[in-house]
Amino acid sequence: MIVETGHFALALALALALMQVILPFWGARAHDGRLMATARPLALTQFALVALAYAALTYAHVVSDFSLVNVVENSHSTKPMLYKISGVWGNHEGSMMLWALILTLSGAAMALFSRAIPPRLLADATSVQGLLSVAFLLFILLTSDPFVRLDTLPIEGNDLNPILQDPGLAIHPPLLYIGYVGFSIVFSLAAGALIGGRTDAAFARFIRPWTLAAWIFLTLGIAMGSYWAYYTLGWGGFWFWDPVENASLLPWLAGTALLHSAAVMEKRDSLKIWTIFLAILTFSLSLLGTFLVRSGVLTSVHAFASDPQRGLFILGILVLFIGGALFLFMLRAPTLTSGGLFAPISREGFLVVNNLLLTASCAAVFIGTLYPLALEAWNGSKITVGAPFFNLTFGPLFAPILILAPLGQLLAWKRGDLFAAAQRLFAVAVLGLVAMLGFYAFQGGPAVAVIGAGVAVYLMVAAFAEIWSRVFPQGFRRRANAFGRLTGLPLSAWGGALAHAGLGVTLLGLAATGWGVEKIATIHPNESFAVGPYALQATSVDSGEGPNYREAIVHMAISRDGKILAKIDPSKRFFKTRQMATSQAGIVTLNLGQVYVAVAEQNADGSFDARMYWKPLVSLIWLGALVMALGGSLSLADRRLRVGVARRAKLPAGVQAAE
Amino acid sequence: MRKTLLTLFALAALALPAHAVQPDEILPDPKLESRARSISADLRCLVCQNQSIDDSDASLAKDLRMLVREQLTAGKSDQDIKAFLVARYGNFVLLKPPFEWDTAALWLSPFALFGVAGLLLWRNSRRRKAEAAPAAPLSAEESEKLKALLGDEGSTTKQEEADLPPRDTQPVVGAESPRENTEIADTSLPEAASDSGRETQSTHAPPAP
Repeated sequence: MIVETGHFALALALALALMQVILPFWGARAHDGRLMATARPLALTQFALVALAYAALTYAHVVSDFSLVNVVENSHSTKPMLYKISGVWGNHEGSMMLWALILTLSGAAMALFSRAIPPRLLADATSVQGLLSVAFLLFILLTSDPFVRLDTLPIEGNDLNPILQDPGLAIHPPLLYIGYVGFSIVFSLAAGALIGGRTDAAFARFIRPWTLAAWIFLTLGIAMGSYWAYYTLGWGGFWFWDPVENASLLPWLAGTALLHSAAVMEKRDSLKIWTIFLAILTFSLSLLGTFLVRSGVLTSVHAFASDPQRGLFILGILVLFIGGALFLFMLRAPTLTSGGLFAPISREGFLVVNNLLLTASCAAVFIGTLYPLALEAWNGSKITVGAPFFNLTFGPLFAPILILAPLGQLLAWKRGDLFAAAQRLFAVAVLGLVAMLGFYAFQGGPAVAVIGAGVAVYLMVAAFAEIWSRVFPQGFRRRANAFGRLTGLPLSAWGGALAHAGLGVTLLGLAATGWGVEKIATIHPNESFAVGPYALQATSVDSGEGPNYREAIVHMAISRDGKILAKIDPSKRFFKTRQMATSQAGIVTLNLGQVYVAVAEQNADGSFDARMYWKPLVSLIWLGALVMALGGSLSLADRRLRVGVARRAKLPAGVQAAE
Repeated sequence: MRKTLLTLFALAALALPAHAVQPDEILPDPKLESRARSISADLRCLVCQNQSIDDSDASLAKDLRMLVREQLTAGKSDQDIKAFLVARYGNFVLLKPPFEWDTAALWLSPFALFGVAGLLLWRNSRRRKAEAAPAAPLSAEESEKLKALLGDEGSTTKQEEADLPPRDTQPVVGAESPRENTEIADTSLPEAASDSGRETQSTHAPPAP
């Protein structure tokens, strides 16, 4: 009964979504405030209904209701509760339900927190958001129904893929989806603005909080996915330029470009057309990612044909929304006036360069991801585009950003003094060079690591140069009122600085992989190995029993100069139902680096094959992403970003002058 | 050949994950071993998603790693080994696609895109610059008026003068017409006067030590 209620709620949500497409749109045309006002209750009720459907599906998973195909195929009565709940989105149907849940949540959030947005724009935007809901709810109900019952009930389920039975499953997909789908709000607002044919600087103000929020979640989601891959795959790789990963990186790059171009639009009433285009592009890339992952087109163009219904449906959604939005864009873009011309050497000039580099690197990832598919479809030849390609194309296109970002931050709007900005950064650049020399002297190693680490130090310090120059505008010697200026700085200034510094932190972690130590060996109990600065010793071997697996555990002690610093227990798990093994790496963080050990099955003589690593500073890769997200959150918390235009207009002009 | 490939795929799918590079695979000669590792890093594990055979757990990857090492011990060059594998599996086995006629677009388009977009931007800004009519310098009378106006606001006069564009350099760039130019000047003045305006700080502040 509960399951049927959920199914019914989903269908009802579809009906409401249809109404949400029509009523507010009609209201905006007929200038009928009451019709436009239906948007809010419709969006909220729709979210409530999808949440109900989602809860019903979760309930079926939690109680192991094996009358549902979805539960049988992806669950097992002995599966731990955490994976019964998170396993709901560990399969195609459930993950589409999560998509729909977050989509309607975004719609509800937009309807609730957008009182500052002009009612007509909001009405058109909610109508577009409703259309998105219609498309995805239809997709679920017609091709990916999670509520399908079985006639004959099996006694047990097939269990969830063991690789997914990890706490990462509980965290990574929701974060990523909130990021992906959060951009739908920005998309809808852009489409709404195009429909209404009116865009001004205020538009940038409306989309900024939503862009920031989605960007924060996407950043965290990508980082979490990367860390999950790192500790699961058994050798410490964290980024593979795999098409699925690229699919998440594309909207991140476009979204980052959007954040920066929206700043120009807001401040200078310029780059309007471009900002709208990026708003459309970012969510289009999210949709594309969903298509790539969900249609099976990635494994092979032929896999796409094997399940044409789903693939074609998503392709249809893709064409409808991307094509529709671009068509609207084509119609309206010429009517948008771009005001506020500017000099190349100015903050906005550098932001344009930032956008150029970000979109070019985004294009490199896009082309590298889709080229093999296109080529195979075209002439049947199969090629692989792997990490070396992306290192050679994405690398050089993204690298200049790392150097130029702090410089741009120091330039004034309208016309900046490049020489003065470079002078201010001179000391930091020298610091970066000294760091390079230091790393070379103490670590040696590959040039990429040394140079990367030096640039990272420069970026981390230089990110705060803007704050320094605002606190000490006359130099450090004349620091009267410096404290007042420091506390008076808007949160968004700190946010920008932290986000850039976070990029530097991640870069340092990436560079430091060049200094990693790897040891592959067969280990016997009580044998000791030197891995980097540490000695690893297998103290004992153990076997254990989990709820749905058995495992072989190796207990290891990590010591330095004879002192035991930590203990790790790498293990090999064997899942009975699916007859699959997973490797649980033993990891411990020491001085921001990690000792990482993965073991293979036990040999006949009791020894283990093991891969042991010392990865200096590796944790910075993900800590950097946390810092970036923290920076984004500070910007988001900035009161001035949340103040709506309607209220802002009442403030005296002087208050608006600040950034 | 196709059949062996299919058999290999099937085997790899069935097999339990072994481990990427195992101790027994490692060659005694460290030089050869490091060559083997760098070759392996460029070869795709054919049954995996974008993983190199060096990283992959699949048993096919292990077979290929052994093959690479056998050929290395037989004295073949890195190029020979890659060519051998390409002859066997096609370009699909290379993680770095070779530059050929049907991959030219792949390799060149990101940079071409960057170049074209950059060129357009540059030309655009040049054109606008050329279009921008030079603003007529203030006449002596106007300067007096300006001084008098600014003088009214008190002691900040000097600072504001410093903020105005120097007379001898380019006119305010980005101004399309004299009319718009005055508009910009109008808006920039109050900002310059306000303490919080960043424009003020970064243009006249001395460089940090």
